[in-house]
Amino acid sequence: MKLATRSGGGAALALSFFALVATLVPLGIGADLKLLARVAGGILWVGAVLAALLSLDRLFQGDYDDGSLELIALAPLPLELTSFAKIAAHWLSTGLPLTVLSPLLALMFNLPGDATLTLFLSLLIGTPAVSAIGAIGASLTLSLRRGGLILPLIILPLLSPAVIFGAGAVAAKMDGFSPLGPLELLGAFSLAAVLLSPFAAAASVRLNLSG
Amino acid sequence: MQFLFRYANPAMFMRLSGAVLPYVAAATVIALTAGLIMGFQVPPDYQQGMTVLIMFIHVPAATVAMSAYGAIAVCSLLSLVWRHPLSDTAARAAAPLGAMFTALGLITGSLWGKPMWGTYWVWDARLTSFLLLLFLYLGYMALWSAIEDETKAARAAAVLALVGAVNIPIIKFSVDWWNTLHQGESIMSGNLAPVFLWPLLTMMAGYMLLFVTLWLIRIQTAIVERRARSLMQGPA
Repeated sequence: MKLATRSGGGAALALSFFALVATLVPLGIGADLKLLARVAGGILWVGAVLAALLSLDRLFQGDYDDGSLELIALAPLPLELTSFAKIAAHWLSTGLPLTVLSPLLALMFNLPGDATLTLFLSLLIGTPAVSAIGAIGASLTLSLRRGGLILPLIILPLLSPAVIFGAGAVAAKMDGFSPLGPLELLGAFSLAAVLLSPFAAAASVRLNLSG
Repeated sequence: MQFLFRYANPAMFMRLSGAVLPYVAAATVIALTAGLIMGFQVPPDYQQGMTVLIMFIHVPAATVAMSAYGAIAVCSLLSLVWRHPLSDTAARAAAPLGAMFTALGLITGSLWGKPMWGTYWVWDARLTSFLLLLFLYLGYMALWSAIEDETKAARAAAVLALVGAVNIPIIKFSVDWWNTLHQGESIMSGNLAPVFLWPLLTMMAGYMLLFVTLWLIRIQTAIVERRARSLMQGPA
């Protein structure tokens, strides 16, 4: 199943999108290195969330279209566990590569080394929440033709805490404070999202299959 | 629970709400009129001058906006647990009203912010979390209208409403974490002079009643609409 989710070029697409966003921002706001270092945390976080959104609508869609989702739902493995596996697969194929790429982009944004480490850690902790909450949105919009448009509208408000804490940790580090507080809050948010959303995702997959 | 179910029957609801509606509507008019009259007799605030009057239309709108989401969440829970179509109807009917009150709170707030803070908008905790609440409402309504099958749409929207209900405190908390310009709670803590408090409470009651009135009307309309549709499809 992880193989199935991975084989679609989704990861490469998300990565290039992420890199492109990071390239466009200096073009838009000018190449002032101080300013860029200041906004790097926020920009890279928003970019990463948007990039992860790109591949989310395919999380359940392929299996739904060819009918294998019904078989999966009938399988002895509980659908909650399957959803969890899907979330993990999505994270491994987008969240993790995005996190790995981020130090390189941070370098281009003139972010200091220790703040880059904080950014890396915050993305590592926070992107699972993006995959998890995204899975809820993906399963809710399963039977929609225009699901790709509604998905961000549903997901982005719910993801705002991740962006606030993630970018907040980087900002705290830049200002010379300990980034530990925001990172811990981000971890709590992420854990709660990963634990709870398989249930919500499984429930909405079931209702999309019924009737 | 049996007691509740008896009132959840659409026909029963129509009769009961039809009987209650005129009184609620009358109470709305009385409370809003009284609140406005009381509000205009308030002395100018020593710092804010007459702009303090905006409080009487701003604060109640914000309160109702949040209560409406609470109402949607409760209805969604009822509908997911007992699969009762009336609670779906009620939840759906409340969403545009909640969105409207949220927008009203934001607009009056920004009009109040201009003379007070010197700007229409700041990225302050309270303002930002309210803007996110508006987007939650919009997403909820978009999901409702995007799914064609009505029972499916109802359940999907209910799941979303509950996820949102879990998330709202987190969002609020996370945004509160920024430093904030918007003042804190002042009703319960007794920081508000009685001369301002009473008109405010009256206006709050008026807004709540207005919400209930409009909500009842919207639910009735939805029920009648569904009946009309089934009549059209029925005998053919």
